[in-house]
Amino acid sequence: MSMTKPMPDALEIQEINFESVKRKQRVKSFTKGMLFLLPSIVLFGVFLFYPLFKTMYLSFFLTNARGETTVFVGLQNYIEMFTSPIFHQSMKSTFLFVLYTVPTTIIIALLLAVLANEKLKGIGFFRTIFSSTMGISVAAASVFWLYMFHPSIGFLNRILNLIGLESIGWLTDPNWALIAVAVTTIWMNLGFTFLVLLGGLQSIDSYLYESADIDGAGYFYKLRRITIPMLSPTLFFVITVTIINAFQTFGQIDILTQGGPQNTTNLIVYSIYREAFSNYQFGTASAQAIVLFIIILVMTIIQFKLGERKVHYQ
Amino acid sequence: MGYIELMGISKSYNKQSNVLNGIDLTIEKGEFFVLVGPSGSGKSTLLRMIAGLEEISGGTLKISGEIVNHLPPKNRNLSMVFQNYALYPHLSVEQNILFGLHAKKIDKEIQRKRLEETAEMMGLSELLKRKPRELSGGQRQRVALARAVVSEAPLCLMDEPLSNLDAKLRANMRIEIRRLQKRLGLTMVYVTHDQVEAMTMGDRIMVLNDGIIQQVGEPIELYNKPANLFVATFIGSPKMNLGKAVLKDSKLLIENALEVPLEQMEVPTSLQNRDLVIGLRAEHMPHGSEQHQIQKVEIVNVEHLGNETLISFEVGTELWTAKWLGQWLVQVGDIVPIHISVENMCFFDADTGCLIQEAAFSQKQEVVSK
Amino acid sequence: MTMPISKKILFYFLLSIAALVVFAPALMAFVMSFMENKDIMTGTIPQSLSFDNYLKAFEQFPLLKYLFNSLVVSIVITIGQLVLSSLAAYAFVFLEFKGRDMLFFLFIATMMVPFEASIIPNFHIIRDLNWIDQYPGLTVPFFATAFGTFLLRQNFKQIPKELREASQIVGMGDFKFYLKVVLPVAKTSLVTLGAYGFLTSWNMYLWPLLSTTNDTVRTVQIGLKQLQTQEQLNDWGVIMSGAIIVIIPTLILLFLGQKQLQKGLTEGAIK
Ligand SMILES: Nc1ncnc2c1ncn2[C@@H]1O[C@H](COP(=O)(O)OP(=O)(O)OP(=O)(O)O)[C@@H](O)[C@H]1O
Ligand SMILES: [Mg+2]
Repeated sequence: MSMTKPMPDALEIQEINFESVKRKQRVKSFTKGMLFLLPSIVLFGVFLFYPLFKTMYLSFFLTNARGETTVFVGLQNYIEMFTSPIFHQSMKSTFLFVLYTVPTTIIIALLLAVLANEKLKGIGFFRTIFSSTMGISVAAASVFWLYMFHPSIGFLNRILNLIGLESIGWLTDPNWALIAVAVTTIWMNLGFTFLVLLGGLQSIDSYLYESADIDGAGYFYKLRRITIPMLSPTLFFVITVTIINAFQTFGQIDILTQGGPQNTTNLIVYSIYREAFSNYQFGTASAQAIVLFIIILVMTIIQFKLGERKVHYQ
Repeated sequence: MGYIELMGISKSYNKQSNVLNGIDLTIEKGEFFVLVGPSGSGKSTLLRMIAGLEEISGGTLKISGEIVNHLPPKNRNLSMVFQNYALYPHLSVEQNILFGLHAKKIDKEIQRKRLEETAEMMGLSELLKRKPRELSGGQRQRVALARAVVSEAPLCLMDEPLSNLDAKLRANMRIEIRRLQKRLGLTMVYVTHDQVEAMTMGDRIMVLNDGIIQQVGEPIELYNKPANLFVATFIGSPKMNLGKAVLKDSKLLIENALEVPLEQMEVPTSLQNRDLVIGLRAEHMPHGSEQHQIQKVEIVNVEHLGNETLISFEVGTELWTAKWLGQWLVQVGDIVPIHISVENMCFFDADTGCLIQEAAFSQKQEVVSK
Repeated sequence: MTMPISKKILFYFLLSIAALVVFAPALMAFVMSFMENKDIMTGTIPQSLSFDNYLKAFEQFPLLKYLFNSLVVSIVITIGQLVLSSLAAYAFVFLEFKGRDMLFFLFIATMMVPFEASIIPNFHIIRDLNWIDQYPGLTVPFFATAFGTFLLRQNFKQIPKELREASQIVGMGDFKFYLKVVLPVAKTSLVTLGAYGFLTSWNMYLWPLLSTTNDTVRTVQIGLKQLQTQEQLNDWGVIMSGAIIVIIPTLILLFLGQKQLQKGLTEGAIK
């Protein structure tokens, strides 16, 4: 078999050859990979990473109305922000808002998904209705609810009056405005959350239920022991997305309350928007944007860490 | 000089342990060469290195005299058939068959001609407009073969192409592939983990285990003269019966249970004073009707195959199986006479597992056949 | 397995109640869009329904222009996302090169940067490029998407790698394989991602609000806000007709592709 072993030095020459060929191939495959990724990388660079660093940079400066830096103020923007009562209010509202919306959205969507997962005639119609709010834009949804919350002709107050209660200033009463915005948001997010959870439910293997049936398990036992654990990756995803969405709320505020009354609905993104594009305080607005970035970063990381441990993956 | 030459080929995925080690091999032009071995032994890896789909970590690979280590697959002039057929699901049978010719920008007229010929040969003419998902497993297999045939590459590589088919279809396709290869004069490198497939199809077989060549040779040679215990148990069904043995006086003591007289056989010095393992094929232990060399054994299992009967019995701690021609109405627990002769035994070294001496009986047979 | 009738009735009852509650705001808006203003104000059952509000909305506002702008913006974003994310997903699945894992991590990292946090410099970039009130300003920043890349990557991973190897043996290059095999084979997930991209771009709010100052490229969402704030008489019928017009295209898309979307979103989300 090995009758003609090449001479030692001939072998060496060949190997040197291979090495350079291999290197060339490596360079080629690297270039090719980069070509495929380049469009995405460039756009991420220009519209995501560069602006992020620019935001950090801006947060240490005062700016003129065009957004050009004028005076370096170090941490002054941050100090002012953290001592400002308006910002405190904004943070408080934001966290309250997350607290109001996230669990409620998920619980309602989960109930709807469990209902809509039954194999019944015409179930497709109900699924379509439940997922419909996903197709309704912020602007349209806010307009719908603007009517619902209308002080005199609004549906909610008419119902209240009908049963003999007094009207509520849904959008003008500081005690109610944040809740009103939260209700709108829950309604808007219901469609997406429902659709994803339904998908999660349907991807659970039916033999799990069948074997539970054979063991004679009841409806709620199955729900608790099979459905929820098997659904946990989906739930985990949905929770993360809903939290992040809640922190990014903007459109509802802009149409329903413009941050009022008494800044109770001045959620962080709206606050950034107002600071930057109404007051032209790009420095302080950037400091707030950095806070938003850090909150979302921390949320994502916590979710990942917790998720890794708790979530049951197949 | 062979058509494909592997010189000291080795492969490692992680730079630490080798999946393949020092493979030296020559495959001749027009040969049907089978790579066989258990799962994970490195068969696919070796085949894919020949194809150029896997980088070669060490050694030299030549195809028709040229070093091709660095060449991409398309410059090696070969075709390949995959286990899952790798048919393009969105293309029709016709487009699938022509896929390669199209990619190589071969003249449209020639494409047509080759397509017709190949479809005719493979019996696919009626199916050309169908999509792969509308075909049966056997038909898909045929399309995959057609794709290799139509390329007219002189070398064809196949990686377990029949393992997704049922037993009957597999038997048919074995013959079909074999015929096709001979007819087109292809050089074939064929990977399988099924030793029956290897025995029935290969001109030569290479047995691979743990990335090391165990033996290369013609099917009969592997069967009669297994180079070591691994090949002995891997090739043949039921597998070769093994037992530890020592020479004592003029007797062979197997597993401290069976005593077989040596009779007139001369004992070569190579067998004396060492630990041995003897191997004995099932068909070499017939029913003991003659008066000599008979052992009495107790049956622990019987399998009726119709034309033959498999009888299992214990030898010390080993379970041996004998194959008797015809139908035997024996039952578990019966004590039967069985013919066990030193003449039919292969002798292996107990420490290294290597063959020391093949069965004397098979030597005689070989002479007869030549 | 069939349910007992009583259980069935219970489920239909619950489903109907839930559907009514969920759909109520949209349903009311829909009815109002055909009502006269005085009926809305007094809250009486309408005597007659008419398209007057729609006619008024189209007369008083350049709604058609807004709709057209939204269509252009959404289609351009959708195509851009499909092209960029399918290219990137191809690289992550089929190409092996140094630094690939690092780049993949970079893509994951983009998920942690909310667009809202970098909106100030983004606005300045668009302004300096003179892209305010231009289609590119509304579309280009959204072409690259990590979500889309992951969704397609998940799908491409299910394409047997033997398909790529078979094409390598006949000497087909990567770009051709991407065009001729990967894209057609992954057609359904491309459609899913496309529908999702269209939906989200059609519904964008903050960015179009910032990057448009006049009607030339203003999208229908911002148009609706204009309609709502400028409708002096508080003519709810007109406002609602505007809102209904805005949601019709996305609702149709959603109804058509609900099953697909549901599957695609779960796949992209979980694995
Ligand atoms: N890409 C890879 N990275 C790391 N190790 C690998 C890779 N591919 C294969 N291996 C290892 O190489 C060894 C040989 O694999 P190979 O696929 O050649 O086996 P095989 O003989 O074809 O087995 P089978 O009959 O199951 O197909 C195995 O131990 C496998 O785990
Ligand atoms: Mg293999």
